[in-house]
Amino acid sequence: METPLTQNISPGQAPPGLQAYERAGGYQALRKVLTSMTPQQVIDEVKASNLKGRGGAGFPTGVKWGFMPKDIPAPRYVVANADEMEPGTFKDRYLMEGDPHQLIEGMMIASYAMQADIAYVFLRGEYKRSAEAISRAIAEAYGAGYLGKNILGSNYQLNMYLHLSAGRYMCGEETGLLNALEGKRANPRAKPPFPPVSGLWGRPTTVNNVETLCNVPHIVNRGASWFQGLSRSSKDGGTKLYGASGKVRRPGLWELPMGTTVREILEEHAGGMREGVRFRGLLPGGASTDFLVEEHLDLPMDFNELQKVGSRMGTGTMIILDDQTCPVGMLWNLEHFFAQESCGWCTPCWSGLSWAEKILAAMEQGRGQQGDIEKLAFQTKFLAPGNTFCALAPGAAEPLQSGLKYFRDDFERHIREKRCPWR
Amino acid sequence: MLSAEEQKEIEAELPHYPTKQAVSIDAMKIVQKHRGWVSDEALQDIAEFLGMSTSDLDGVASFYNLIFRKPVGRHVAYICDSVSCWIMGSQGVTERMTAHCGSALGEITGDGRFTLLPIVCLGACDHAPVMMVDDDLHLDVTPEKAVEILGRYE
Repeated sequence: METPLTQNISPGQAPPGLQAYERAGGYQALRKVLTSMTPQQVIDEVKASNLKGRGGAGFPTGVKWGFMPKDIPAPRYVVANADEMEPGTFKDRYLMEGDPHQLIEGMMIASYAMQADIAYVFLRGEYKRSAEAISRAIAEAYGAGYLGKNILGSNYQLNMYLHLSAGRYMCGEETGLLNALEGKRANPRAKPPFPPVSGLWGRPTTVNNVETLCNVPHIVNRGASWFQGLSRSSKDGGTKLYGASGKVRRPGLWELPMGTTVREILEEHAGGMREGVRFRGLLPGGASTDFLVEEHLDLPMDFNELQKVGSRMGTGTMIILDDQTCPVGMLWNLEHFFAQESCGWCTPCWSGLSWAEKILAAMEQGRGQQGDIEKLAFQTKFLAPGNTFCALAPGAAEPLQSGLKYFRDDFERHIREKRCPWR
Repeated sequence: MLSAEEQKEIEAELPHYPTKQAVSIDAMKIVQKHRGWVSDEALQDIAEFLGMSTSDLDGVASFYNLIFRKPVGRHVAYICDSVSCWIMGSQGVTERMTAHCGSALGEITGDGRFTLLPIVCLGACDHAPVMMVDDDLHLDVTPEKAVEILGRYE
């Protein structure tokens, strides 16, 4: 089984520097696109690979790149979204700290394909080791002539900068990120216009997730059909970094074929549940995805199959709920996070999320009332896509609506017994 | 007044962006690195330096979790309170740390050494619960280990 994304990563050791990365075949893909491919050929290859956005939305990457208008001159921007702040997600950190040049080369190829002249790594401020790894890699790339003017004699010019953010979940939202990079509050922007038409400072801009960009050099080197062949899924190409946290025997992160089943990740790679606890459910890809339960374990983790049962793969890093942990308490924790991180820009989000959080707090503290479950169910509809400015609140509604469905007895028991049975 | 060093560090960021305002977050982080926090006076100085209104800059400052508009202790200890750490017992860690320090979350300890703060997911969920003291990430924390870790910071 091939693991292109993690092949150079040795956990606990310093990441490969420029020379080690080059010895492992690094920057060959950049050389290939600059010397033998047109920007359109690169976009077509990525389209043919079926690479989909690994930040959670699963939008086809090549199609997104194709949205960049061709006739608008510089400045044009490419941004790596390295603001990994989705609770339960720890995959981009692994890639940045383990093999920073891979990300940087992916960004260079993406920038060439979209004829961008400036690229930013938008990194969350808490990721200090990632910041060190990325800054060193950018400096090395400038030193080797992979960045700056006339790269590898091609006349193509690209500058790359690291932006260290100051912490807020909204910065991971594409248009919130653009505002944050402009030095503003990370409120979302109205769409349309979409970022390729009017992004950073009104200029053409494309934002891609770290893991997405890390796939790009491999697609260029090995081709679209090789990439599709890595996957077990019919519609998505490549491998995926899957993870598991919670009370499993071996919490961790594994690069596996896209479309590996939930059960294989949970039981083989994470080693199943710890002694003395039983599985109750899991959020497949971060805090803003719908619960899956026992009946779903044989589904493949990809962007299509989980949607059929009302969930989605999200970031692919699962959070496991066990029988010793209160599902109402878990949802209180999740909705507390979303209410706190709501930017306050649109009313359904700031009002609805803090209301939902208060109801969940009351249930946990023995003050739950008849009708509370219905009020929570109403909030999940009130916060549905289309009613809010961005995806934060609809994301917050996902674990809540599925939690109410699969753990309804537990909610009712909290109200009936006027206490949390787990305390 | 911004110090010469602060000005120099802020100016080094300017060429990365087409506008001065884009440097606002970097500028506040630079001042905070030198002074521990961003006072009203510092905010005014930064705003003037960047050609922004003070209230616009305060709007930015108050939006971000890692910009401090109040003084903090010599070290800031961040305890992750997001879902994976919560499942793995972060509440017990927080309770033990606040009891040990004798101060609530957000307060400076009596000896001025720490401010304890909750923080959202630190992206190390396979080693939950986790905490961060200043720039150092600490994995697989227990209430006992958390107290021992605090002891390493003067």
